[in-house]
Amino acid sequence: MTENSMDEVRIAELLRELPPAPEAWLRAAQERPAIARAADQVLELAEADAEFRRTLIADLEAALRVAGHEPDPRLVDTLRRRLPGA
Amino acid sequence: MDWATVSDAEVVRACRAGEDAAWRELVERFSRYVFAIARAHRLGPSDAEDVFQETFARIYEHLGRLRSDEAIRPWIGQLTRRLCIDRLRAAVRDPVLDDAEEQGEVDRRLTAVDEAVSVQEALRTLSADCREILDRFFCRDQSYNTIGELLDLPPGTIASRISRCLAKLRQAYEGRSEPDPASGDT
Repeated sequence: MTENSMDEVRIAELLRELPPAPEAWLRAAQERPAIARAADQVLELAEADAEFRRTLIADLEAALRVAGHEPDPRLVDTLRRRLPGA
Repeated sequence: MDWATVSDAEVVRACRAGEDAAWRELVERFSRYVFAIARAHRLGPSDAEDVFQETFARIYEHLGRLRSDEAIRPWIGQLTRRLCIDRLRAAVRDPVLDDAEEQGEVDRRLTAVDEAVSVQEALRTLSADCREILDRFFCRDQSYNTIGELLDLPPGTIASRISRCLAKLRQAYEGRSEPDPASGDT
């Protein structure tokens, strides 16, 4: 009984090692594909339109507004990583 | 689709095929692991959140280059640990990683996280009722009263149900490490 109880105490401790991440963090990470699609769209536009590309490099957040996107920090971050010279 | 029965490798393949639902499942499935690794490195809430988001951003971007779909968990673990260390090194504070004692504590906690992942995997083999009550009580730290209200159970029965489910979890966990063909009870 004592030995089994001890095992279950340890298992209970290990369950406590993995609490859920905050819900808002989870939701934000789950939206990643939508962010990636928005980034793809912006980069396609930059490739097709030299003027837009210049604006994008000079002022990324303003360029996003021009393209109809809110400058979500995750989108800005993704674009900075993917856009050479930004 | 019942994602509970889908393997990690299959979730990865579905993500690569562009299924948004698979990506949501991948984040759900590994979120506790990534969060626990950040906690093990004692990052503050803001740094922990940055590491959490950065980890999933990189997973999303590099999923196509993963050499083995089955190796998703160790890859995520390694990626998260590296991002935590980068964050600690970049921070203007005591160089935590230069302190051998502190590093030993981080290593001890990371070992516990890996052990906890095995328990979580065993938990997935139990009934939905057991999974829920154990998760609410131990992982979400909910009281008997809260659980009773949420699951519509008299608080007096919660303790015995938790005890029974914990015993089943122990059996399932031991069964994973020492296969026993005579035992079919999960």
